[in-house]
Amino acid sequence: MGKCLLVTIQVDMHDQLAMTLQDDLATAIAAQESNGLLIDISALEIVDSFIGRMIANTAAMCRVLDADTVVVGMQPAVAITLVELGLTLKGIYTALNVERGMAVLERAAMARL
Amino acid sequence: MSVAPVVTKQESFHLHSSTDVVVARRMVRDWAQGLGLSVLDLTKVVTAASELARNAVVHGGGGVMHVQVVHAGDREGLRVIFKDQGPGIQEIDRAMQDGYTTGGGMGIGLPGAKRLVNEFDLLSTPAEGTCITIVRWKA
Repeated sequence: MGKCLLVTIQVDMHDQLAMTLQDDLATAIAAQESNGLLIDISALEIVDSFIGRMIANTAAMCRVLDADTVVVGMQPAVAITLVELGLTLKGIYTALNVERGMAVLERAAMARL
Repeated sequence: MSVAPVVTKQESFHLHSSTDVVVARRMVRDWAQGLGLSVLDLTKVVTAASELARNAVVHGGGGVMHVQVVHAGDREGLRVIFKDQGPGIQEIDRAMQDGYTTGGGMGIGLPGAKRLVNEFDLLSTPAEGTCITIVRWKA
């Protein structure tokens, strides 16, 4: 498989910071010619509609830049809350942990060849 | 028989910027943990508070949040009140529908927040502001 970018979100981001990260990720994907982006959110205690939208937008941007996105490590309480909130992250790959996430990206890259 | 809730503890916090939203959700999280809410209930109420705190900043031009521990009979819960002096919500019925937005977002904040709590009360007067009260009872 090609190059992958791995991002771990470690802090509770305010909205501007989330937008900056979104732009930085799209820039880095293009600059490094990555085929995959793995976002580890295991440290996040909550994902509200803003962060959820930022993740969905990032995945959409990466898709246009010829890269797949996988979100890994979502805590069960966060998953339940997101769905109840009305955010289903449709069309975004998810995996339980980094290892499985890498496997998802590898399969996605293979399918594209 | 429902008993009028009694406030046993309260703290207020001003909301003016997106960094205040971060501090607000941390505060609600700490209070929910102190009250002994389950991880799921805590996650739900903090997420709802995050949506409403952001609304107060973005749509209300800033406001104030009151976090309270309330008792009603043998029930204990966390009540969070968001008040702003913004333009108010013009069409409350539509604002409570999924997918309706005036702010360029996804339009899930208000109806989504309502689904995450046990009680949700919205009072809005055009040109005077909006006051939203949420309660999550300890299971």
